[in-house]
Amino acid sequence: MNLDDALETFIVECRELLQDMETALLGVEHAEEKDEMVNAIFRAAHTIKGSSGLFSLDHIVAFTHVVESVLDRVRAGKLKIADQLVVVLLACCDHIGSLVEAVAAGEQGGNAELAQQGEPLITQLSAYLEAPHKERAATLATTAGAPETDDVQRIGANSVNADHWHISVRFGADVLRNGMDPLSFIRYLETMGRIIGIATLADALPAAPEMDPESCYLGFEIAFQTRSDKAAIEKVFEFVREDCRLLILPPHSLISEYVSLIDQQQGEMARLGDMLVQCGTLTPQELDLALNAQSDTPSLPIGTIFVQQGSVQPEVVQAALNKQKQIKDIGAAESRSIRIEADKLDQLINLVGELIIVGAGVNLIAARSQSAELQESTSKLSSLVEEVRDSALQLRMVKIGATFNRFQRVVHDVSREIGKDIGLVVRGEDTELDKTVVEKIGDPLMHLVRNSMDHGIESAEVRAARGKPAKGSVTLDAYHDSGSVVITVSDDGGGLKRERILAKAIERGLVPPGHSLSESETYALIFEPGFSTAEQITNLSGRGVGLDVVKRNITALRGNVSVASQEGVGTTVTVRLPLTLAIIDGFLVEVGTSVFAIPLDMIEECVAYACEPGHDYTDLRGQILPFIRLRELFVVEGAPTRRENIVVLKHAGQKAGLVVDTLLGEFQTVIKPLAPMFSQVKCISGSTILGNGDVALILDVPALVRQASQSVLAANAAVA
Amino acid sequence: MKKPAALRIEGELTIFRAMELKPVLLANPPPSEIDLSGVTEMDSAGVQLLMLAKKTALTEGRSLRLMAHSPPVIEVFELLNIAGYFDDPLVMDSRASGRASGSTKARSSNES
Repeated sequence: MNLDDALETFIVECRELLQDMETALLGVEHAEEKDEMVNAIFRAAHTIKGSSGLFSLDHIVAFTHVVESVLDRVRAGKLKIADQLVVVLLACCDHIGSLVEAVAAGEQGGNAELAQQGEPLITQLSAYLEAPHKERAATLATTAGAPETDDVQRIGANSVNADHWHISVRFGADVLRNGMDPLSFIRYLETMGRIIGIATLADALPAAPEMDPESCYLGFEIAFQTRSDKAAIEKVFEFVREDCRLLILPPHSLISEYVSLIDQQQGEMARLGDMLVQCGTLTPQELDLALNAQSDTPSLPIGTIFVQQGSVQPEVVQAALNKQKQIKDIGAAESRSIRIEADKLDQLINLVGELIIVGAGVNLIAARSQSAELQESTSKLSSLVEEVRDSALQLRMVKIGATFNRFQRVVHDVSREIGKDIGLVVRGEDTELDKTVVEKIGDPLMHLVRNSMDHGIESAEVRAARGKPAKGSVTLDAYHDSGSVVITVSDDGGGLKRERILAKAIERGLVPPGHSLSESETYALIFEPGFSTAEQITNLSGRGVGLDVVKRNITALRGNVSVASQEGVGTTVTVRLPLTLAIIDGFLVEVGTSVFAIPLDMIEECVAYACEPGHDYTDLRGQILPFIRLRELFVVEGAPTRRENIVVLKHAGQKAGLVVDTLLGEFQTVIKPLAPMFSQVKCISGSTILGNGDVALILDVPALVRQASQSVLAANAAVA
Repeated sequence: MKKPAALRIEGELTIFRAMELKPVLLANPPPSEIDLSGVTEMDSAGVQLLMLAKKTALTEGRSLRLMAHSPPVIEVFELLNIAGYFDDPLVMDSRASGRASGSTKARSSNES
């Protein structure tokens, strides 16, 4: 295995573990069942430490070790995990993150700056350790991974430098009588891999008179190299599973695990250790380290310590076994998913896009050829292509939960910083959307959440006066709605003050004085550049940068953003995003000789053209439906055909009609973005290539709907 | 001092004869040499018996020498890495018999 690859994996795993750790830290304060959380935190720290040791990243080992020691005390119930400790641990979590990132950037040895950043944290952590530990923590910072004293489980991150499994087995007395020969198991092992070393233990052999020649007294320590997994190795011993003590350690286990192995397989300690050395699993140095760790406990002869440990052994062993099981479970879960580079996925999507375009061309030729057979084949082909497209796009879909949960931390930190008690409620975590969108939506959401916390939620006194619960809440929600993903950020704060926004807008010259604006138009002003109504400027917001950037970012994703608010009750910011950025189901319409594509998800229905004479709206089953004549909008030449149609569009709860000449039907549309030159063009969101090679423009439905409803308002105003 | 007796084991040294062989190996006077050249098959029970004999000899301060290991015996000794336990020189033609043991191994894995 290439070490660089391994390191890459290590870094990715560390990031995930840190993420888990952070999530657990944030949840632990309010969790009913703290133990599980604490274990999760501990596990993350422990694993990071262990893996760092593998790569000789001693500085990470050293730092993580101190964190781990504190966590261990928490786990043992000697320390309560509370507010202050959580803050320190979160900071540690961040610091480990920066250490890992430094490694990712190629600084394997760590740098002085980071080490300096880590020092205050270590000091803080040491406060949580007992006095004798304090010194230790300090020394540990310099001598990486030195053995821990009091816990057999965690002697250190010194994982053993052996890339093979270790199998320790003691056969039960009845094995031979049951017709099984231990030798045959070992022979069978040889067929699965290579036995690097083996030590046969006959310690259980009693003195001659008591020895029953038909009982089995043998045990083996085997160093075994194989590509098989643990389950497969266990399976070898399946027939004697009930009748033997079997312990399998994966490659690169921690020394502590070997110690617990020595511990568990009764027998003379040093001798067992020798056996491990003999069969090549441990080097003599590693054994020394292990045994020293045992004997490090204050001035007790080794024997006594082991007797003592014998009494606590079941728990320790159980812990070790549980841990192994977990590792195995995690392994199983991991093997169900594979990591792919995003580039490869993008390339696949691109190819699928090309496939669709070419497929459309083939369809056209088939239709022209008038060959029924060919048409049948191509229609089968297109349905397959459609499925391929859907599956390919599905590959890019990720759940938004991970993004949402990142905000737990933000809310936790910010609420501390601004001294408000605010909780985050997350809903709709399972909503899936395109990976690209998820990546890009993080920053805008961050702005919105911070804005809600800073401006939205009132101070505790005001809240009390208004009869609201002292703890404010910010809610993140996500759901699918007609081909788009809707993400809302809402708070139960003071709401937007319409007059103030208006006054400010007039002051800034954004709106001419005396101009009346609808409620939503007024609220939309907060997304204008240079607009902030906050009276005080805080660290977080109020400088008037932010919300306009949010809007720009969201627009860049072909999404839009809107605000609803009720004074004194709260504000909800709604972000609508297209489900995917690459390929959509489109509906083709024709005006004159031009063809336009409309995203199919946004089409409600198609009706024959009819209109109230002289007005730009029609009566759709008793409701007014404003419409736009595409011919007029894009100044298409030629007279309208005799039978025009209206395509009814729906977006964000509003409906509008589009008058077109001909309906051409569904078409898989590969979105090609417009060149920057055309970025100012309104009502067009992109282009696509048709089967015959022609270019069709994709209509920007949200813009059209907005324009239609505005024209109705304008018309109403004119009438009034 | 008693006259050292050489014990020669013929046939299988396995669980099927373990009961019968134990008293032989631990006979009084005990053998000081065991000739394994006639052993055609050995299993864990056989290994245990030899180990027991060696251990008993050691505790009683006697010497016990295994000699003329037959190929099946050498195969097992190598498989379990127990030659050191007995501390006997494996007979010099073990290289040649090593090849033979290879074939034994192949056979036994076929059986399993």
